Amino acid sequence: MKQVFARPRALSPGATHYCPGCTYGIVHRLIAEALDDLAITGRAVGVASVGCTVLAYDYFECDFQQAAHGRAPAVATGIKRTRPDAVVFTLQGDGDLAAIGTAEIIHAAARGENITVFFLNNTIYGMTGGQMAPTTLLGQRSTTSQAGREPGRAGRPIRVSEMLATLDGPAYIERVAVDTPAHAAKVRRAIHRALELQLAGAGFTLVEVLSACPTNWGLTPGEALDRIGREVISYYPLGVYRDSSAASPAGADAPGGISQ
Amino acid sequence: MVMGQKVLMKGNEAIAEAAVRAGCRFYAGYPITPQNEIPEYMSWRQYEAGGQFVQAESELAAINMVYGAGGAGTRAMTSSSSPGISLKQEGMSYLAGAEVPAVIVNMVRCGPGLGGIQPAQSDYFQATRGGGHGDYHMLVLAGESVQEMVDLTCLAFDKADEYRNPVLLLGDAILGQIMEPVTLPDPVDTAGLPDKPWATTGTGGLRRRNVINSLDLRPESLERHNLKLKAKYDRMASSEQRHAGYRIDDATLVLVAYGSTARICRRAVDLARREGIAAGLLRPISLWPFPAEAFEAAVPRAGAFLAVEMSLGQMVEDVRLAVQFRRPVYFYGRTGGVVPTPAEVLVQIRETAGACGASTAPAASGAARGGGLVK
Ligand SMILES: Cc1ncc(C[n+]2csc(CCOP(=O)(O)OP(=O)(O)O)c2C)c(N)n1
Repeated sequence: MKQVFARPRALSPGATHYCPGCTYGIVHRLIAEALDDLAITGRAVGVASVGCTVLAYDYFECDFQQAAHGRAPAVATGIKRTRPDAVVFTLQGDGDLAAIGTAEIIHAAARGENITVFFLNNTIYGMTGGQMAPTTLLGQRSTTSQAGREPGRAGRPIRVSEMLATLDGPAYIERVAVDTPAHAAKVRRAIHRALELQLAGAGFTLVEVLSACPTNWGLTPGEALDRIGREVISYYPLGVYRDSSAASPAGADAPGGISQ
Repeated sequence: MVMGQKVLMKGNEAIAEAAVRAGCRFYAGYPITPQNEIPEYMSWRQYEAGGQFVQAESELAAINMVYGAGGAGTRAMTSSSSPGISLKQEGMSYLAGAEVPAVIVNMVRCGPGLGGIQPAQSDYFQATRGGGHGDYHMLVLAGESVQEMVDLTCLAFDKADEYRNPVLLLGDAILGQIMEPVTLPDPVDTAGLPDKPWATTGTGGLRRRNVINSLDLRPESLERHNLKLKAKYDRMASSEQRHAGYRIDDATLVLVAYGSTARICRRAVDLARREGIAAGLLRPISLWPFPAEAFEAAVPRAGAFLAVEMSLGQMVEDVRLAVQFRRPVYFYGRTGGVVPTPAEVLVQIRETAGACGASTAPAASGAARGGGLVK
């Protein structure tokens, strides 16, 4: 009998704490599959950030460090520089990466740190109960924009992938979404590509995953996936924003590591 | 540099070199006066030693890079001065909570706010009372000379690893900028340092995952962790008290001062002795744990204590706690970057001696400029 479905070995057994309909579990699974496929779980060091991914260290069978809010790229820098053979990745929400951690992400990208960032953009602060994030769409309701985000009071959403792609440091930046199986297949490919580039020493890689937060969006899981396709992708277009194989200046000069 | 040879070095550079020789292979920092020579030195010296240097985008990033490197098992250091150290407090709390060894240097300058760039000792509370959030302690070491800062730098790395805890080296703008002859330690062989089986080096498929973490949402479990940390702090408190004495054996007036201020007080003690005042100096080297045991030996002989600081009175609180009202405790301090002179301290010694034993005259009212004499 041929086995057609199994838990990736890099994914820990047991249930996660994610809400019903949250798409973070899909992303975890796809990352774990990539760790299996590339046979790098034993070399991998993850960095969990502050947000709903804070407990990620319980969900992967690799070493992990939990980082202060926004600082995951700095923590990853310290790990990668001193353990150049490790495959270092962060998991960060949009509040963590695009608000409190803006400086850290920009400078890790600009330095071309040879790390991989999995940026989970659900357009809201999930863990703290649905406050407005830098990525919250205009008109989107949150607990701190109760009538919908209004630009005169709260400015406009940040497009992180586009912004980081203006830098010369990054090797690879792609925005993907988990709202349909076809899109999920692209998430899988992007995760592989980012990790393979890190293995090749290409430098900074980031995969932005548009994710659903039914709980804080006040939608059912199905409606939440629909919202990604209907509203979120139109403001945050999917696609590759940078790829060093396409003649980018990044790559060869990514920082090395400690000699040991 | 020939091993064991005396060389003339600036405090900041000597600390950086000592750190490399102690096995530090990762340094991250952000520019701030008066400690810039540390990152400047590290920017080339780390690469020469096979290590890594990162000029971070902020002190927040720097301390978190050190958290990453230290968590991955490398001897790691950052340095800054007061405003930058304030920004590192969150990271220091995480280091303590997650039990990540690291060395942090604070070349203290005057505050509050942006303050100035002149020497001060006004970060004593922040250094010894936690600074960051949560119940935690760090070993806090303060030298008085470039040589002692070098020796304490090496000790700091060993103690950080021994206790799996951050260690803070407290200097000031004088100790960072002064040039003095030093004998540097022989370099340690980093391969020979004790194993860190808890570090995030990658499982290699050979062991269960290692996790560097300070989060625990289960109260009983986090309480157990905190009690485990407390037991460690208790061990530090009993084993790591360090101090030095100067003309203290027959002293009836005991000055208490650390760092650069202790050097000034030593001169003042000599001047007082010439006038027949039996003054001496007790110099804390570990600020946390405070060397309370040394006070037990000093209290029976001493008529009074005089704490001298470049602050408005911070360490003096620990002196009072150690003396426990058995003797009067006086204070003299200058602030804002003003460095007290031996002659000024001598005035305080005379007044204190008059107030407490050598004469029966009542305590002089806080007559001195600046800090004044306060009981
Ligand atoms: C310094 C600091 N500020 C605030 C918080 C509180 N906090 C915890 S999670 C979070 C929001 C995370 O939102 P996001 O990054 O969007 O991730 P999500 O939960 O949506 O995955 C905040 C503000 C904290 N832990 N630390």
